[in-house]
Amino acid sequence: MTLALAASAFAAEIPTADRRSGYDFMSRETRAMQDDDTANPGMLWVLEGGALWTRKTGPAGRACADCHGDARVSMKGVAARHPAFDGARGRPINLEQRINACRTDRQGAPPLAYESRELLALAAYVARQSRGLPIKIAIDQRTQPFLEAGLAIYDRRQGQLNLACGQCHDANWGRQLAGNVIPQAHPTGYPLYRLEWQGLGSLQRRLRNCLVGIRAEPYEYGAPELVQLELYLMWRARGMTFEAPAVRP
Amino acid sequence: MASALINVPPRARRGEIIEIKTLISHTMETGFRRTQLGAPIPRDIIRRLVCTYNGAEVFRAELHPAISANPFIVFSTIAVESGTLEFQWTGDNGFSVTQSAAILVE
Repeated sequence: MTLALAASAFAAEIPTADRRSGYDFMSRETRAMQDDDTANPGMLWVLEGGALWTRKTGPAGRACADCHGDARVSMKGVAARHPAFDGARGRPINLEQRINACRTDRQGAPPLAYESRELLALAAYVARQSRGLPIKIAIDQRTQPFLEAGLAIYDRRQGQLNLACGQCHDANWGRQLAGNVIPQAHPTGYPLYRLEWQGLGSLQRRLRNCLVGIRAEPYEYGAPELVQLELYLMWRARGMTFEAPAVRP
Repeated sequence: MASALINVPPRARRGEIIEIKTLISHTMETGFRRTQLGAPIPRDIIRRLVCTYNGAEVFRAELHPAISANPFIVFSTIAVESGTLEFQWTGDNGFSVTQSAAILVE
């Protein structure tokens, strides 16, 4: 089970009974968009990901399907348990990094650029296979230090506005900031279609937006800090239902 | 990649009003945006969606830059006979996507 985390972490955490997905803070119309697979624009990326899943690449001409078969079976639960520890790299990696690791290590193909269409499509396709499952992040001696590092980032005041994530998302969720309701910041639906982006994006993109919002220097895509934060946020949302690809305002 | 999601009820009663939903992937660049350096980004949008039902046109939409990316267009028609509904999106830069769906009318 979870090793002894700082007592303050538990004290500040939103009680399990009060946990709400960002879905619950949206308007009825936006929720309807997410609920209907024929209206959810994220499904366009899932469709494309399905096509990429069977496309052969790399010098050996290998497709994802050649090793993993039917994604509906083999990828079930995968997105809901990432970031996960990668033994070869000695650190947790997120879903996009896992896909790229397969590309470089197993297909011999170059990694896909972060936020590229192809990487997002594959991530969306894999994430879709975890829809409806509870988020379940494994914390043990290997991942504990990274979880604590993520918590430290979450609790640290940053940027010109000198705000820590928890100040809005733990202490003031449900209240309004500049006319928008502050959600609890559980990454239950990534990668998701954000109406503001008019496109699908990853959790890292959203976190970078948050950092820009508090006038802090955003970490680069793939930075260890972002993965640690992802790990913490997913652990913080443990047990909540995965709903990728979500729609958000 | 040009892919579209179409939702047509697979079967309907004769004379029934059916709802058809379409969603297509397209950036719908308005032509009003500029790059960081100030250069205008040219317009690139879907201009038209046409739906034919066994060859007869039942729906047409003219799109303009105000339509958002990945246009979602829903319309209704009457299920008159079994056959094929064909959807064609055309737009700037020679954009053209055609997709069809079958319907069984009893």
